[in-house]
Amino acid sequence: MDKIKLATIWLGGCSGCHMSFLDLDEWLFDLAAQVDLVFSPIADIKTYPEGVDICLVEGSIANEDNLELVRQARARTKVLISFGDCAVTANVPAMRNPLGSAKPVLERCYLELGDVQTQIPHEPGIVPPLLDRVRPVHELVPVDAYLPGCPPPADRIRTFLEMALRGEPLHLKGREMLKFG
Amino acid sequence: MSVRTLRINGIDVAVESGTSILAAAKQAGITIPTLCHLDGVSDVGACRLCLVEIQGSNKLLPACVTEVAEGMDIQTETPKLQEYRRMTVELLFSEGNHVCAVCVANGNCELQDMAIAVGMDHTRFPYRFPDRDLDVSHPQFGIDHNRCIFCTRCMRVCDEIEGAHVWDVAQRGAAVRMITGLNQPWGEVEACTSCGKCVEACPTGAIFRQGSTVAEMQRDRSTLEFLVTAREKKEWTR
Repeated sequence: MDKIKLATIWLGGCSGCHMSFLDLDEWLFDLAAQVDLVFSPIADIKTYPEGVDICLVEGSIANEDNLELVRQARARTKVLISFGDCAVTANVPAMRNPLGSAKPVLERCYLELGDVQTQIPHEPGIVPPLLDRVRPVHELVPVDAYLPGCPPPADRIRTFLEMALRGEPLHLKGREMLKFG
Repeated sequence: MSVRTLRINGIDVAVESGTSILAAAKQAGITIPTLCHLDGVSDVGACRLCLVEIQGSNKLLPACVTEVAEGMDIQTETPKLQEYRRMTVELLFSEGNHVCAVCVANGNCELQDMAIAVGMDHTRFPYRFPDRDLDVSHPQFGIDHNRCIFCTRCMRVCDEIEGAHVWDVAQRGAAVRMITGLNQPWGEVEACTSCGKCVEACPTGAIFRQGSTVAEMQRDRSTLEFLVTAREKKEWTR
């Protein structure tokens, strides 16, 4: 039997969910025996491949690159999973949303608080433009399951992935599996 | 004392007339989820989590402000109620700015607990991301309006237990907000006795002690319970 193709992507987040994923320690060997990691920030693969079975999406959708990557991932993945609070609720990155749009955020960061050569970055094709609103993943592409937590503890990720690998329904219950924050 | 007999989840219950469905269920050992209810202060039916189904009525009624009636047949855990409860919690999350990861009450929050209890793993409603402010003008306490769910528990403990009536509700609809005094900064409200009952009463991290950092807030609700029952039981020391 072919191995399951697993991908993880990192959008607008702190990479804490990926750090928590690496906290799985020696269980990662067991996981590696069952899956092929075909795309991930912890593997040097440049393009998101076709025919991915499971994808964990860390982070909210905060800029145009995030949006493009998540749309690509959705189109090429069977089971797309919102991985961590930023993906599920938009969380901390979305704390800029009440300011209304990207402009006041950029002005505050790069002009008002800038030290020398204050300017708003503008490099089309290199620096992705911010979206006006940071959004959770499921508001922009359909999501199959949700794994909340900031970050989800390693044990929760393991239990969840084991359920996913067995093909069980991915509905979480109880404080150990479901808590936000 | 006149007695009313009714059924809750198929269990026969006999309670004093005038009792709320919520209290009757409690006597029968049935827990109905609540957020705005606080033992010892009046009920207002603000959060709508305690909605129950009553046979013969096509309306869902809040258990905290509905009195029992003779022969009522009440259900508290039907799939319909569970679905509406989850929707209510989802709406509370999408309506304010509830960021558990950076909240003083993380791990000790009734809204967070309720999300776990109703099995909420995401909200299906679009987040509003309202622009709300923070008031830390009081020397000891602060209110972060982003985390307020308008349960009005702070208002009721301040009015009914402390007798100071510092808190009130202003505006309506999406613009609703809790205010202190006559919409003054909390620190300027002379009526505030700095007793901290509102801090103990708040179910989320909206009202907090200054200096508490993320997940550091611990509440001692037994203080409020003691104050409420002490009057009835005459437990005052002098």
